[in-house]
Amino acid sequence: MRVLYPFVAVLALILVAFLGGKVTGLQYMLGVVLPYLAFGVFIVGFCNRVMQWSKSPVPFRIPTTCGQGKSLPWIKQDRLDCPNNKLEVVGRMILEIFAFRSLFRNTRAEVHDGPKLVYGSSKSLWLFAILFHYAFLVIVLRHLRLFTEPIPFFVPLLEMGDGMMQMGVPRLYATDIVFLAAIAFLFLRRVSLRHIRYISLPADYFPLILIFAIGVTGLLMRYYYRVDITAIKQLTAGLASFSPILPAGIHPIFFIHVTLVCVLMAYFPFSKLMHLGGVFLSPTRNMSNNSRSVRHINPWNDPAIKPHSYAAYEDEFREFMKDAEIPVEKE
Amino acid sequence: MYDKGKIVPGLIIFVGLMLFAIFNNAGQKPQPPKLEKPEGYKECVLPVEEMKQSHMVLLNEWRDEVIREGKREQVKVGGKMFDKSLQRGCMHCHTSKKKFCDVCHEFASVYPYCWDCHIAPQRDMADQEAK
Ligand code: HEC
Ligand code: HEC
Ligand code: HEC
Repeated sequence: MRVLYPFVAVLALILVAFLGGKVTGLQYMLGVVLPYLAFGVFIVGFCNRVMQWSKSPVPFRIPTTCGQGKSLPWIKQDRLDCPNNKLEVVGRMILEIFAFRSLFRNTRAEVHDGPKLVYGSSKSLWLFAILFHYAFLVIVLRHLRLFTEPIPFFVPLLEMGDGMMQMGVPRLYATDIVFLAAIAFLFLRRVSLRHIRYISLPADYFPLILIFAIGVTGLLMRYYYRVDITAIKQLTAGLASFSPILPAGIHPIFFIHVTLVCVLMAYFPFSKLMHLGGVFLSPTRNMSNNSRSVRHINPWNDPAIKPHSYAAYEDEFREFMKDAEIPVEKE
Repeated sequence: MYDKGKIVPGLIIFVGLMLFAIFNNAGQKPQPPKLEKPEGYKECVLPVEEMKQSHMVLLNEWRDEVIREGKREQVKVGGKMFDKSLQRGCMHCHTSKKKFCDVCHEFASVYPYCWDCHIAPQRDMADQEAK
């Protein structure tokens, strides 16, 4: 069920877009109005979500310490895994964002005869996640060729590197294959491992299926139907310069692809995909573990309430304490 | 709002990156490429719509037929026979690579590697020398 609903939802979207792509009036809706709307929802929703997060106070230092913290001079500190200052935090965050270090540390727990619990390293999730994300990034950047005029210098460079294998025409891009293979792995991992399937919800399957469908329609468009790119670019580059022209005779597969992408953009701010922004704001990674050297003051403390030391407390209540036979430090 | 000093600049950078294409295109309306059509010929090898979308596939088929299968027989286009060849076929009618193929390819950011080995028509060289 939890796989079936998202699957049916994506199929329904494809069907709607396919039918809409055949009707001229709806073509304008799907090709011009929907992209603007979805993009607007994406940008505003994204910022709104981050602003909402920024309202949550983080009064304590809660970094996950994964190594030796700063201590006596002859004890070696693990600077990346237990950062003590801003520079070390920046190093930790850069590796987190560009190399997915937390995923690299992923483990697998197994129960063997005995019964004996065994933990082992499990790098496949990290490997396919990082392949997926970088392939996605390259694909998004390559799409700039359709939205920009003049085309920025790095787009042809990416295309050259990506098509380096010079297989077939239109040239096969390595990222296209990596992308589909990686997302297929991430999906199969969810459905085939019992314990992962148990914790998976429709909100986990929907983005996977949606992104897979986007990839497949994109590939069909480039390698199989070979839609007319000069015509499509008049629409897409037109969108980015606010003068979209909808040329006649665009293949329905294009509208399917665009509709699915628009759904992804509009869904983004309300879904787990917000980890794009969230990774920067994760307090377990972006805080330094320096609570032993710096005094952190709770931001919502009432400034009128002054710190109250034990000595002052005893001064205030000494008589009552003596009466109650509570030991006091000063007589 | 906490950590304003980091979150607000972060969001500004994010929005700026997302709007990259809009800044990049500012003040320009993308014009469809203006191609120099061959003079004196009316038809291409296949109907124009098909040529627009699938000329690379046709070229690939020709290449396989010629080089792998040795089928060098000519093809009939608009009543005349033409070589099944990139340089002596396509470029026989489309006399300029720069003013035909390249105009369109630059618009779509396509840089075929064919010209690493194949030679562009003489006209391009003549045009360049004349400049
Ligand atoms: C109507 C515009 C247009 C014209 C004119 C045109 N092309 Fe193309 N060509 C394209 C597009 C668009 C692609 C890329 C399709 C894609 O990226 O999916 C392409 C791709 C190619 C490819 C495959 C490149 C690759 O590495 O994938 C070759 C080869 C090619 N064209 C050859 C030619 C030649 C030779 C000419 C001139 C006789 C020519 N084209 C004229 C639009 C055009
Ligand atoms: C007989 C001469 C001739 C040959 C050979 C020829 N073409 Fe054409 N081609 C034309 C003509 C004429 C047109 C314009 C048709 C029109 O606009 O109605 C054309 C149009 C095209 C177009 C569409 C341009 C556009 O957007 O309107 C492409 C792409 C193209 N040719 C590529 C090729 C390629 C690649 C080859 C080699 C496989 C080739 N042509 C061989 C004469 C030729
Ligand atoms: C490594 C160099 C090289 C590259 C790159 C190359 N070719 Fe060729 N091509 C050749 C050679 C050599 C022949 C054989 C010429 C002959 O036997 O007549 C040939 C023949 C062909 C032929 C048939 C005969 C003729 O005269 O045109 C076609 C069509 C062709 N190539 C298309 C392409 C296309 C399209 C590309 C780009 C996608 C390309 N080639 C890239 C070297 C190359």
